[in-house]
Amino acid sequence: MTDIPPISVQLLSDPKYLCGVRELVAAVAGRLGFSEEECGQIKLAVDEALCNIVRHGYQRRKDGQIWISLSPICNGQDVTQLRIVIEDEARQVDPRTIKGRDLADIRPGGLGVHIIREIMDEVVYEKREPTGMRLTLVKTRCSCPASKP
Amino acid sequence: MDHDYLISTRTELSGAATVVSPSGDIDLGRSPTLRAHLKQVQSKKPPRLIVDLGLVEYMDSSGVATLVEALQTARKQQASMVLCNMQDKVRSIFEIARLDTVFQIVPDVKTALEL
Repeated sequence: MTDIPPISVQLLSDPKYLCGVRELVAAVAGRLGFSEEECGQIKLAVDEALCNIVRHGYQRRKDGQIWISLSPICNGQDVTQLRIVIEDEARQVDPRTIKGRDLADIRPGGLGVHIIREIMDEVVYEKREPTGMRLTLVKTRCSCPASKP
Repeated sequence: MDHDYLISTRTELSGAATVVSPSGDIDLGRSPTLRAHLKQVQSKKPPRLIVDLGLVEYMDSSGVATLVEALQTARKQQASMVLCNMQDKVRSIFEIARLDTVFQIVPDVKTALEL
């Protein structure tokens, strides 16, 4: 058994490449059996995570490295969850300070973390060694036959 | 100009309203173009700004932020801003951000013009 994720993508922190990655992630999630709504949510969460890396991590530098990997988690024959790991070499921040903002404060920006936490089942930010950050996202498949009574 | 960053935006005047109809994905790469276009439209202080999202299939939080900025400008100008023709996939991000009750969202341009 190997821990190598079946799909890994490396990209630069240039906004024009985000569309390709989010479409790839949504297509793979759909092929693994996630519903159209779940695929849309996964696509949005990944896009928001990448946007945050581009804007805040690399501070809009376009030549930063980003790695993203996808791993299905199975229960028997059924894919029950999708784990997505996103890593970068951008500036490190204390994971405890990464929080969504108060939604009652109506202003542009600052919604990304709230959106990610709202639509993914597990969201873990951690410092990556020796540099950068690692974000692990897990989405559980509500449409999985194994999860039905 | 980098064509990957272009977003097609059609603008038409309809009585006192200005209708802006962007098309394509509105994401981090493209929202600056929409922001610039809305700023240009709002510099003329239209009494009503209608944003027809019928041809927008995907929007991320940078697109939402662009529209929030336009809404704040409209409020400062004592003008109204209405979103219409919003596809379900786009509506969901407004619901997650709890902005679906902040914006005036109607089914179509005709309804937006009749408000």
